[in-house]
Amino acid sequence: MHHVIIGAGPAGVVAAESLRKADSSAKITILGKESEPPYSRMAIPYKLKGKIEEEGMYLRHDPEHFKALDIDVRQCNVDKINPESKTLELSDGSQQSYDKLLIATGATPLTPPVEGMELPGVHKSWTMDDMRGIESLATKGAKVVQIGAGFIACTNMEGIVARGVDLTIVEMEDRMVPRMMDEIAGNMIKDWCISQGVNVLTNGMVTSIKESTNSASRYQVTVKQKGASSVAEPVAEEKEGGGFFGAIKKALFGGEPEVVAARASEEITLDADLVIVATGVRANIGFLEGTGISVDQGILINERMETSVADIYAAGDCAQGKDFSTGEQEVHAIQPVAVEHGRFAAQNMLGRSVENPGSLNMNVLDAVGLISCSYGLWMGVEGGDSVKVVEKDLWRYLNLQFDGDVLVGTTAIGVAQHMGAMRGLIQMRANLGEWKAILMEEPARIMEAYLALTQSAVIK
Amino acid sequence: MQKSLVIDADKCTGCLQCEMACSVHAEGVFNPSKSRIKTFPFHDEGIFVPYTCTQCDEAWCLHACPVEAIQLNRETGAKEVINDLCVGCKVCTISCPFGTINYNADSGKVIKCDLCGGDPECAKACPTSAITYVDANWTGYDKMKQYAAKAIPGQPAS
Repeated sequence: MHHVIIGAGPAGVVAAESLRKADSSAKITILGKESEPPYSRMAIPYKLKGKIEEEGMYLRHDPEHFKALDIDVRQCNVDKINPESKTLELSDGSQQSYDKLLIATGATPLTPPVEGMELPGVHKSWTMDDMRGIESLATKGAKVVQIGAGFIACTNMEGIVARGVDLTIVEMEDRMVPRMMDEIAGNMIKDWCISQGVNVLTNGMVTSIKESTNSASRYQVTVKQKGASSVAEPVAEEKEGGGFFGAIKKALFGGEPEVVAARASEEITLDADLVIVATGVRANIGFLEGTGISVDQGILINERMETSVADIYAAGDCAQGKDFSTGEQEVHAIQPVAVEHGRFAAQNMLGRSVENPGSLNMNVLDAVGLISCSYGLWMGVEGGDSVKVVEKDLWRYLNLQFDGDVLVGTTAIGVAQHMGAMRGLIQMRANLGEWKAILMEEPARIMEAYLALTQSAVIK
Repeated sequence: MQKSLVIDADKCTGCLQCEMACSVHAEGVFNPSKSRIKTFPFHDEGIFVPYTCTQCDEAWCLHACPVEAIQLNRETGAKEVINDLCVGCKVCTISCPFGTINYNADSGKVIKCDLCGGDPECAKACPTSAITYVDANWTGYDKMKQYAAKAIPGQPAS
């Protein structure tokens, strides 16, 4: 049996190790694109910060690790999969056959359609090479503009700021981390970053990056920013219906209150020695065209991590698998899900039918010292209750979302202890019973609720 | 024979000696907020529940770590944070469904119970034997693990 894995990230590596653990004789091959030993992209900020050396980014630290497990890790690009003949066409012109194939090709950062993206001082923040590029330019006092304030961008911030640069972040949405943080949380993180000396421009769109005409910096970055007046006045909306004002806005503007009344945008020019582009990622699935493998945002997989084509599985950032909360197929491009996918994929490649109950969306972020996390359906569900406690002076926020008396999502800022118990509570799908009312009053007692429900024999 | 920390909340008086002992052993300071074991008061019921890592078989933290900084101590069965490798990314802290691995902002690393290498200070400090360190096959430990396992559906073997 020959298991071939495309991709040397966490999903691919964990799958290979799990396969080996269960089957000592199978042939296992990992095909990775990059020249380094398998490493963690997540560790980039900590290398930039100077906390670790490049070796500290490696997924496995023993240089003989893969050899000892008889896992063949090879550097090559896969151009094409031929499911009929069960072969891969590699970029060096050779072919590779497989019995079971795992696609764990990860994702690639998006390139926004902006003039100047090809300039040498413009870097993504994704690969080891990108990281080295940033490292060479993000020197003390350097002017850095980062496009994007999503999860990866914000995580990066820690590393870049620690290098003593003058950082400006430009984000298209109205707040930071818009895809994992609600309005309150996203704005609290923004205010925090500003208080830590980071210049944050929300509602801003970079329109061009050009060689500088003055000596102050290498480049000039032009940003179009919607003025404050162009954004609809914030309305104290109820989450679900939007209340009376929400209804009027919906009637008038078709349910898009944020983009109404767009007045003339302001144009701002920023000096930059380095521009970092972190505007999201896209699953690496382009090479699958013509294989018959069904894709959407990612490769569509069932609970057994199978794609639509026999003997081909997918895992990690490139896969669109079952979401725990909704049951729908979603891409969760996060480390814990990559690892879970890898483990499930391995079991199923071994012929054991082991179903993934669904991956829970979760994130943890350290935005220059302010720690936040979000889980599951943090945006809430229709007809569900929610409680939000904002403590602005303490930089603290807690948002609990319920479906009936089941906790389905959370957001927390400044809650550094026992965050994982929120995952426990959500994934237990426990009926909170009397604890629902307690939590609606005092959401901070969530750890007590967790203990009461998991150790009930002890407590009652 | 591997041993396990077994907690009997009925015997806990809430004295917090365990937290003190843990913090001074692990961090060199008497600071309960640095303790790897926490005692939660339930005021209405008048009871205290000491709570720490059960060194679960699933090892969510260990698997979630992107840089192999949480490793199994084969002698004690503890999942230990290797400080030199931990980058402080906190992914383990949201992955552990028990909430028993936490970030320590002072060190920039995560902290969790490591069974003190096989001689846990909390058990030694507990004056009422609410915390004991006993053979892992003692039946009460299984019970404790069941409570923990109720928490979430299991993962496949890795």
